[in-house]
Amino acid sequence: MFSPARAWREFPQRYRLEAAKCSGCSKILYPPRLVCPECGGRKFTEEALPRDGKVVTYTVIRVPPAGFTEQTPLPLALVELTNGVRLMVQIGDVEDPESLEIGMPVRLEFRRISWDGEAGVIFYGHKAVRAAS
Amino acid sequence: MRDVAVIGIGMTSFGELWETPLRSLWAEAALAALDNAGVDSVDLITIGCMSSGLFTGQEHLASLLADELGMAGVPAARVESACASGGLAVRAGFAEVASGLCDTVLVTGVEKMTDVDGADATYALGTAADAEWEGFHGVTFPGLYAMLARVHMQKYGTTREQLAHVAVKNHANGLLNSHAQYHLQVGVEDILASTLVADPLRLLDCSPVTDGAAALVLTTVERAREIVGDKPVVVITGSGLATDTVTLANRGELAELGAVKLAGERAYAMAGRRPEDIHLVEVHDCFTIAEIMATEALGFFDPGFGGSAVEKGLTSLQGKIPVNTSGGLKSKGHPVGATGVAQVLEIVSQLRGEAGQRQVQGAKIGMAQNMGGSGGSSVVHILEVV
Repeated sequence: MFSPARAWREFPQRYRLEAAKCSGCSKILYPPRLVCPECGGRKFTEEALPRDGKVVTYTVIRVPPAGFTEQTPLPLALVELTNGVRLMVQIGDVEDPESLEIGMPVRLEFRRISWDGEAGVIFYGHKAVRAAS
Repeated sequence: MRDVAVIGIGMTSFGELWETPLRSLWAEAALAALDNAGVDSVDLITIGCMSSGLFTGQEHLASLLADELGMAGVPAARVESACASGGLAVRAGFAEVASGLCDTVLVTGVEKMTDVDGADATYALGTAADAEWEGFHGVTFPGLYAMLARVHMQKYGTTREQLAHVAVKNHANGLLNSHAQYHLQVGVEDILASTLVADPLRLLDCSPVTDGAAALVLTTVERAREIVGDKPVVVITGSGLATDTVTLANRGELAELGAVKLAGERAYAMAGRRPEDIHLVEVHDCFTIAEIMATEALGFFDPGFGGSAVEKGLTSLQGKIPVNTSGGLKSKGHPVGATGVAQVLEIVSQLRGEAGQRQVQGAKIGMAQNMGGSGGSSVVHILEVV
């Protein structure tokens, strides 16, 4: 599992969804990078991601990797936010996996993502939950 | 550039080989290839291996394995590009001979995957995804390909049954391959009744966890002629390598495998060939959807028609373009680092006319396509018999 230092340095993106807006072409990068893949620009301003979006594609993981064996079935989605940024997230509060669909409106909520045993680091971040359409 | 020939091929049987450690698997394939080539020394060894560290706790493979063969002192280099590590090892060996840096290269691929349990194997394979922005959330490889499958199905109407037809065909081919991990006859209904792994992909849509190794000996065409005389020589005429975003979130088009398309175009350009010229192809069917998307990206079928092509039998052994005559990763098995080398081996075997019951009659030009992660890298080779 990830170390405390790794969890800590990712707080801005995991907890606050901080992204970088390219000063050259306005592309929004999440996570931030040193160079814009669109225009090659190297100057950015900080910008928080919007919380609303829709499901681009999804799956329900039935055979989990190490670290997620207590969380199956595990619904995951690639979500596109209202500003066009896409990110991979778990889908929370799913009672019926059959109800998931491409295009489903979702909202990002702060949740516990995984935990490293009983005494290890607890990893928090955002999950997508169904939003009213 | 000098022309490069494949003069030796060797592989282990693929499977759950509990009794054999990584080094012995590797040496068995390497010795078989050297014997097949009739050479006992090489200028360089390349090794494709994805994750011996996570699977067996062993890194520093290049020196370890050179020594295992009694070749300590010989230059050796391990290369890694996730599941395309084997194809990258072929590419690295090809480049060394073509450039004149080396005359004879032993190209190898190996993976020992059954020394860890299923969850740890799934985790190790998952490191080929973006660990921080995909893996963190618990995504697995079947999960990533399941997401690609959903998009392909939505965009093109590819059906669940068409995915199953890939597995049916590849298991039928694998029945004819004594080195294959599985010798199973399966029908569409068996695939649809197998356990869900990541919706909509089921257990029989997925390639297995496999131990195995494969090896080739590459040299100049001139030296090949000296060794084999008038017998046919298989030459690598095209080599293409490409990358794409590892993170699916950064990829614009999800219904297409961009790295495969680019690597294919580069290989076609080098060989001066087009898709219509290819007699058979080994593609990276780590999941059934991957074969459909790869055959589209390589230009054998228009985008969206890969699913109907397999359903119509166009890719079967007697079809228009036989795909995965070896049984593919699906049936032959997928020891990740060995796969790209074993794909080229199958094409060489077919072009030599040595493929036995699964021989494609009159095969003169073949292609092998290897892929890393969820399409983040791809290597394509075109081989021709001269």
